[in-house]
Amino acid sequence: MALVSYWAVISARFRSLLQYRSAALAGLVTQIVWGIIRVMIFQAFYSSTTTGQPMSGRDVETYIWLGQAFLAALPWNIDTDLRSLIRSGGIGYELVRPVDLHTYWMSRALAWRTAPMLMRSIPLLVFAFIVMGMAPPATVAAGAAFMISMCAAIVLSSAITTFLNVTMLWTITGDGITQLTFGLVLIFSGMLVPLPLFPDWSQPLINAMPFRGLVDTPYRLYLGHIPASDLPQHLAHQLFWILAFVVAGRIALSRALRRVVVQGG
Amino acid sequence: MSVVDSLYVYGRFLTVSVRAQMQYRASFLMQLGGRLIVTAGEFAAILILFDRFGSLLEWNVYQVAFIYGIVNVSFAVADALTTGFDLFGDMVKTGDFDRLLLRPRSTALQLAGQELTLRRISRLTPGIVALIWASTGLDLHWTIPNAALLVASVIGGASLFASLIVFQATLAFWTTETLEMMNTVTYGGVETTQYPINIYRPWFRNFFTFGIPLATVSYFPALAIMGIPDPLGTPIWFQYVAPAIGVGVLVISLQVWRIGVRHYLSTGS
Repeated sequence: MALVSYWAVISARFRSLLQYRSAALAGLVTQIVWGIIRVMIFQAFYSSTTTGQPMSGRDVETYIWLGQAFLAALPWNIDTDLRSLIRSGGIGYELVRPVDLHTYWMSRALAWRTAPMLMRSIPLLVFAFIVMGMAPPATVAAGAAFMISMCAAIVLSSAITTFLNVTMLWTITGDGITQLTFGLVLIFSGMLVPLPLFPDWSQPLINAMPFRGLVDTPYRLYLGHIPASDLPQHLAHQLFWILAFVVAGRIALSRALRRVVVQGG
Repeated sequence: MSVVDSLYVYGRFLTVSVRAQMQYRASFLMQLGGRLIVTAGEFAAILILFDRFGSLLEWNVYQVAFIYGIVNVSFAVADALTTGFDLFGDMVKTGDFDRLLLRPRSTALQLAGQELTLRRISRLTPGIVALIWASTGLDLHWTIPNAALLVASVIGGASLFASLIVFQATLAFWTTETLEMMNTVTYGGVETTQYPINIYRPWFRNFFTFGIPLATVSYFPALAIMGIPDPLGTPIWFQYVAPAIGVGVLVISLQVWRIGVRHYLSTGS
């Protein structure tokens, strides 16, 4: 019974988000241009070296296009609807709903991370395959491992988003912590530079952090750079961090609710 | 109105804006920190790639950092001074622009002084750090012509970025909403021109050299200051006059803006 209500939240939010089509088109063009620029920069770097690299130039190109396709799945902003609820005092209604608040907010976040991503990723991937010569998954097993890991990446992103949303109960705007988090996500997920190209000494540190589960893990499974047979241990890393953010979010939420003051009347 | 008077009014606008932002100090500091991480991350990416690959075609890390510095300082200056133009689309929609027309100062001046977002200035930090770091590594000779050319290049670059933002806002006079697509050119331009322009394919290079000359106002002066002959073969005199193009485009864009103001019909709401 409870599951049905969370599913209803996800699908309602999903359908409302699919309405923003012209924003999606503008975003699509931007991301294609971005992808082309980044591909050219990496091609120039690869043509400057003759020594072996931890990742081939062609793999990096596919990695970049995957990054552009699934950009919208990253935890890069906070739920502005929730923010206005917190500002206006409408948050009071959220508290009387007969559902678990954290799960409810996380359901919203799941839809919010998935709908825009799907709208952008499909046309972008079609373009990248046909025009830019993006490679398909290394093997069928790699493709399957990618799909599983990508789902975990979206859940991880939603867990981080929900945690950021919860912090708004303290800060009202939430802009500061979101900016900080997004900065860390950009660098340590692999969005700016694929993680295998980072200096060797930094690899253990990067591997321990949660952010590679958003980008690097699924993309390298796609490329076969991480063999599909290694999926369990990488999935375990993603699940560990999902759990960590959910627990942190729940603790923060229950603390905040103990002292919540509903504004507005 | 005299120039001195304009500058005075402009200074007053900015002071008010800065004071308003400092009212939310904690949030402001966190935003500043976040912005710093994002922009520093882009610079870190360059360092990581050079650590891995050693060189970028004929360029070493200091030369690229120098170009990166010029472009980012230029963009930071332009971005901080044109926030009002970013908000302009909304002002047309709500009719708020009408209020600006009633005041006895030029609309461009009022918009430029609308808001000086301090966090936008955070983009200056990595740019300046990159410039200083690069000039120690490059053993540059800071002769008067070189220093003047650096300043001219930043002014030229900032003018060109500002004119793009003004152009984008001007379109709103006719379309009533800002065209998001223009952001692709502006931000894509930053992303592109922070690397030497000769690394790109010719069609793309030509777009940012002749079409929207963002590379022209930063890349060519940088070559002259660093004393490197251009791999693309431009003469040295051109590298010295290139920044003027940016200022020229800004003057044109402000003229187009005036035409827009004359054609402005309030939405009436």
